Amino acid sequence: MTSTAGVAPVAAADVRADTGRRRGRTGYLLLLPAFLTLLLFFVLPFYSLVATSLYDPSGSDIEGYSMTYHVANYWDALQEFWRPLLRSLWYGAIATVICLVLGYVLAYAMAFKAGRWKYLLLVLVIAPFFTSFLVRTLSWKLILADDGYVVDLLQFLHILGEDGRLLATPVAVVAGLVYNFLPFMILPLFASLDRIDHRLVEASSDLYASPFVGFFKVTWPLSLPGVVSGTLLTFIPAVGDYINQVLLGSPNQRMIGSVIQSQFVDANNYPSAASLSTMLMLLILAMVLVYIRRAGTEELL
Amino acid sequence: MSQVADVQRERADDSSYDGLRIRELTKSYGVFTAVQHLDLDIPRGSFIALLGPSGCGKTTTLRMVAGLETPTSGSITLAGEDITFAKPYKRPVNTVFQNYALFPHLDIFENVAFGLKRRKVKDVEQQVRDMLDLVELGSQTRKKPAQLSGGQQQRVALARALINRPEVLLLDEPLGALDLKLRRSMQIEIKRIQVEVGLTFVHVTHDQEEAMTMADTVAVMNAGVIEQLGAPAELYENPRSTFVANFLGQSNLIEGTVLGRSADVTTVDMHGIQVSVPTERTHTDGDKGWIGIRPEKVLIGEVGEELDAPGNTIPGGVVSDVSFNGVSTQYLVRMPWGQELQVFQQNTGRVRLFRSGEPVELSWRPEYAFLLDFSQDASAGAQKGDD
Repeated sequence: MTSTAGVAPVAAADVRADTGRRRGRTGYLLLLPAFLTLLLFFVLPFYSLVATSLYDPSGSDIEGYSMTYHVANYWDALQEFWRPLLRSLWYGAIATVICLVLGYVLAYAMAFKAGRWKYLLLVLVIAPFFTSFLVRTLSWKLILADDGYVVDLLQFLHILGEDGRLLATPVAVVAGLVYNFLPFMILPLFASLDRIDHRLVEASSDLYASPFVGFFKVTWPLSLPGVVSGTLLTFIPAVGDYINQVLLGSPNQRMIGSVIQSQFVDANNYPSAASLSTMLMLLILAMVLVYIRRAGTEELL
Repeated sequence: MSQVADVQRERADDSSYDGLRIRELTKSYGVFTAVQHLDLDIPRGSFIALLGPSGCGKTTTLRMVAGLETPTSGSITLAGEDITFAKPYKRPVNTVFQNYALFPHLDIFENVAFGLKRRKVKDVEQQVRDMLDLVELGSQTRKKPAQLSGGQQQRVALARALINRPEVLLLDEPLGALDLKLRRSMQIEIKRIQVEVGLTFVHVTHDQEEAMTMADTVAVMNAGVIEQLGAPAELYENPRSTFVANFLGQSNLIEGTVLGRSADVTTVDMHGIQVSVPTERTHTDGDKGWIGIRPEKVLIGEVGEELDAPGNTIPGGVVSDVSFNGVSTQYLVRMPWGQELQVFQQNTGRVRLFRSGEPVELSWRPEYAFLLDFSQDASAGAQKGDD
């Protein structure tokens, strides 16, 4: 073992000296498809979005738009739509926290307690993706309907008033968000919990840590990479989501996603929609960067 | 087969015994029984090795002492206290795990301090520094386990367990992942530390040389029971079963028929040759038995040569294989009854080397031979050259 390890670098260095140049060129050639894909599907749309957000707002489909660096678009959009923007961040945050609690419990059970049922449970977590996102959200409309079992039960228990309802309330919107993004939380959590060597937990218990202390000193810190990626994968799409609000909420729960959608599609106000999109993107980016810095897990991403 | 010596030694009250006492310990997984009615007494301050092939129940026994497995039946008492069902974090027992199980997210200092901090001990800082100095890692305190070599990780694992000054320190194949040279030096190192701290060490291993080098007492385990327990030299010189004879070193086992028993010797007919075995080395009551002799105890000489071994001389051998190892020469000698016997001869220079095909005579001193029960498998415990 040791003797081969000593010899190998010398041989590798010889080869590199011979073919270094050609290999470099091949490397770039092989990167080309990835460069093109990024250019086509990321750089160009992003450029187009930013450009649109700076269009002269007086343009129309008929007259055409001109790019005038009209930065005031941002200010106007913010003044008009700051409520849905904040609400989106708020709903996204609540949904993420609920997902984290539910997802952690499930992922923990799957990784440590499920034994041979582990992979069946994993399939069940993924199974909802086999049906459309829209259909599943619409069926939540039936579950939470005014004369449905859930509302009846809650009214019976006097948690909801006589004419209380769940649909068209923040509860329904957040519940929909939690439901739809839960798998995105569970999968990374499961991946990082499943990787934890069970002997570490045994070692902590051997070293006088009760199960409770052992969890917070060993299991939780080792699952942090999963927690960080799970919360990001949940929070980012949840903030931009509009289906749940449209199907389960009312205009009172309007989220930024549906504002952008209606600005683009119904109002034909492209500059406003584009500037909202750009702002949402920058806002999430800033929050994610702060979050990762705080979690101290830069090297894990 | 198990524990005659211990049962005879004492029947004292469990609560007055200050070591680790295991009684009738059994662990079954469904139909498979990993450990069967195990009795073992480990006096305080001793270094015992549980030696056996993989799957013999040695690790299961260790894990039951650590509290990581629950016994099916039986009891474990430590310093007079019944800990059979105590939670692992409430026992004064610490473990050095097989692959160390160091916490990857904590640095060396925090790893070693883990047990002390959980017990809210004061003066953690100084104790950890002293312990890391003891294992010669004083300069590496802020490194993560992944930045250390295998031998260093091993020492951190040892320090992390030792710092808690447990009643019993359990070592689960702690040197298995190290290369041969490092393993040798760690064996001596661990032995030194054990003498220095004076704690009870229970060491699980499948490496017979490691067990004999390190431990005061070796318990050879096979199929969930202890086959034999004793000091390394005692086990090696006077094995009670074919398993111990083959697993601990190598043995020649030759079929024989008992002719007579007297006060000090048993006379055995071995394929027409009469040999004698001391009574205290006779471990069978039957009419037949396996005559055992260690290869290095067998002398090899030319036909008719006067050998320094009055008693058992076996003529008619033919050398069938010679391997020269420098220190010694190993011969395989085919005997008239068809069996090949192993002979190790020191290369002292006084005797010449034999060549393959030469006729030779073998002999051994009767006091080195042992007689084992014929119902046992003569190949039980033999290493298949993978060690």
